[in-house]
Amino acid sequence: MKYRKLLLENVHIPGIDTFDVYRKNGGYRSVEKALKSMTPDEVVEEVKKSGLRGRGGAGFPTGMKWSFLAKPEGVPRHLVCNADESEPGTFKDRYLMEKNPHLLIEGMITSSFALGANLSFIYIRGEFMYVLHILEKAISEAYANGFLGKNILGSGFDLDLCVAPGGGAYICGEETALLESLEGKRGNPRMKPPFPAVKGLWGCPTVVNNVESIAAVVPIVNEGGDAYAQIGLGRSTGTKLISASGNLVRPGVYEIEMGVSVEEFIYGDDYCRGIANDKKLKACIPGGSSVPILPHYLVTKTAAGEDRLMTYESLSDGGFATGSMLGSGGFIVFDEDQCIVRNTWNFARFYAHESCGQCSPCREGTGWMEKVLHRLEHGHGNMRDITLLEEINKKIEGNTICPLGDAAAWPVAAAIRHFRDEFEWHVNEREQSQKRNYGLITQPSVAV
Amino acid sequence: MIKVTIDDIEIEVEPGTTILNAARQAGGDIVPPAMCYYSKLPGTGGKCRTCLVEVAAGSTADPRPMPKLVASCSTTVMDGMIVKNKTSERVHTNRGGVVEFLLVNHPLDCPICDQAGECHLQDLGYEHGSAKTRYEEKRRTYDPIDIGNKIKLHMNRCILCYRCVHVANQLTDSRVHGVLHRGEHAEISTYIENAIENDFSGNMIDVCPVGALTDKTFRFKSRVWFLKPMEAECSCTKCSGKAVVWMFGNEIFRVTARKDKYGEVENIEDKTAWICNDCRFDKKDTSKWNIIGPRSINRHSVISQGKYKTNMDKGPKKIN
Repeated sequence: MKYRKLLLENVHIPGIDTFDVYRKNGGYRSVEKALKSMTPDEVVEEVKKSGLRGRGGAGFPTGMKWSFLAKPEGVPRHLVCNADESEPGTFKDRYLMEKNPHLLIEGMITSSFALGANLSFIYIRGEFMYVLHILEKAISEAYANGFLGKNILGSGFDLDLCVAPGGGAYICGEETALLESLEGKRGNPRMKPPFPAVKGLWGCPTVVNNVESIAAVVPIVNEGGDAYAQIGLGRSTGTKLISASGNLVRPGVYEIEMGVSVEEFIYGDDYCRGIANDKKLKACIPGGSSVPILPHYLVTKTAAGEDRLMTYESLSDGGFATGSMLGSGGFIVFDEDQCIVRNTWNFARFYAHESCGQCSPCREGTGWMEKVLHRLEHGHGNMRDITLLEEINKKIEGNTICPLGDAAAWPVAAAIRHFRDEFEWHVNEREQSQKRNYGLITQPSVAV
Repeated sequence: MIKVTIDDIEIEVEPGTTILNAARQAGGDIVPPAMCYYSKLPGTGGKCRTCLVEVAAGSTADPRPMPKLVASCSTTVMDGMIVKNKTSERVHTNRGGVVEFLLVNHPLDCPICDQAGECHLQDLGYEHGSAKTRYEEKRRTYDPIDIGNKIKLHMNRCILCYRCVHVANQLTDSRVHGVLHRGEHAEISTYIENAIENDFSGNMIDVCPVGALTDKTFRFKSRVWFLKPMEAECSCTKCSGKAVVWMFGNEIFRVTARKDKYGEVENIEDKTAWICNDCRFDKKDTSKWNIIGPRSINRHSVISQGKYKTNMDKGPKKIN
């Protein structure tokens, strides 16, 4: 078994959230290395070499994102850390910030140096108020020890770091809505282009990165991009934090090396140790609520019969017909007693509640889907409602300003694609459906 | 100048033009409908998604098609771009979808709505909507709020195009209304029932594509197609004084700004001819206006019904 921790290596050490203990355990080495012996472009080059892909959900290569940053003369640049983690099923960033706040701050300093940003922000979800206090304490320690402020370590590089809390809206995790919110406006996503890399916070070039991506810069700079790229499999390099939840024996946050098989992750002794209460696996959402759900026969094997691995590529094998996405790593597992219709309704309710209401397909469509799913779940549905749902989400998908519309449409589309029998049973057996659950679905005899 | 092809029509436009404006320069029926974009108000657009078009080729340099439909009001043209609007089946279905979304919560009370006859959503529904609704739930309603004695806000009809918010931002000194709440519950409102009072607030009525903002001095007085729109001007210190007065006999029923065929306030001498509230709400007497003559109206428009045609045949005439 290959098992290597980069981000969560030290979280068990008592007092790791204080500067002294963190420093004693090799903290802030990457800042010293970068500021004293590297140029900003060399740091960007290391991140590019590492093959690190954005950990927020989209999986866009971080190094490439950094190299897109416009660098006009005389215009300040900003780095913003997206700590607005609100995807149902994802709780990795909170854990990381809570346990090891200095790792994020170290990553912010090194990344800001690489991007030439002198004022950086951590935009944190409003509900994480206690984490905000942890981060602010850590930041003041870093200021006191000369790692933040003017002329850091005598290198001439200045950096101010602020933590800004949001109001607790899911939409503010979308990068342009986040910037609007940070500017003090209503959190509505902006039209793209221009992208934040050209025109972001207060019109200045801005990079927005997830907490985990920024934290991963620390081991990349410490050990070199090539060494980081050795970990993992193919184009999915490094380690990934997975927040496992649902009917598992041992749910929680795991740092896995990319390329672990899904079967090992669910059933392995080092990971989740199987489904709780000796039940059977019914379905799994591998990347947070907005990615397509997979039925049990597609979780551990792909449609082609290969082992499914925890990588960006393997999880999306087969496209949306038989695959899903790694997303943000919110791994949700359902056992045979769970109702997929109810779960889909629950997600639809979430997206209807969190839609910003700016563009019409998302504003009206998410609310409509929620109402139709509510009918189906509560035994008032018709067969035509299932077709209606399919049509509504086809009209939402791709037609909205920001990806929230897609995120609302995909789980519903996938649930109907794989669990149509269960939806139809809710219509045909209305009374039964209110009393018991459908149970396991059978694999279609013809491969999809 | 760069070349762009929209629905097989090739046109040359300035770099930086949006697809929608390029189509408007070409004119005709290739122009995508727009419910939220307003060329006179920078920053509008992108929200209603009715102007979605298919880009079959991005540019000469990169001729790959764009995977998603794009909002033509906010996408700039590239040299050699090929755009499909009415020739694309995909655009047609998705625009139908957007219209359906806009109508699921919009009350179908056109017979008692003052906007009927000049409502953009009516036109859009007529062209792209379906005859039946698939929405079985109760439509969304809001508690009525009072925003002053001149303007009526009927939030149930609002499609949240944000145009009135931009008008308040760009024409008036301070904006007192905005969008509250989010998602399905988003609504245009003043914070804690504040009245909207300033000299140019009436322009919110002109930019509203639906009957959400209507003129209280004209409400329920007449249907727009019974009135004759006449171009008129007056000497006003606050605005250009160039307006359209809507008359029945010799009586002025309402005053609006001069609007072009896209429902936008016209530019006169390179300035958008917004009108002030005094002209709009208080000058309802023919003695206060110099009436130039009938306003030319599209022959197919519902406004050109009734007695108007005979006047048009006579040509411009100075009354008063």
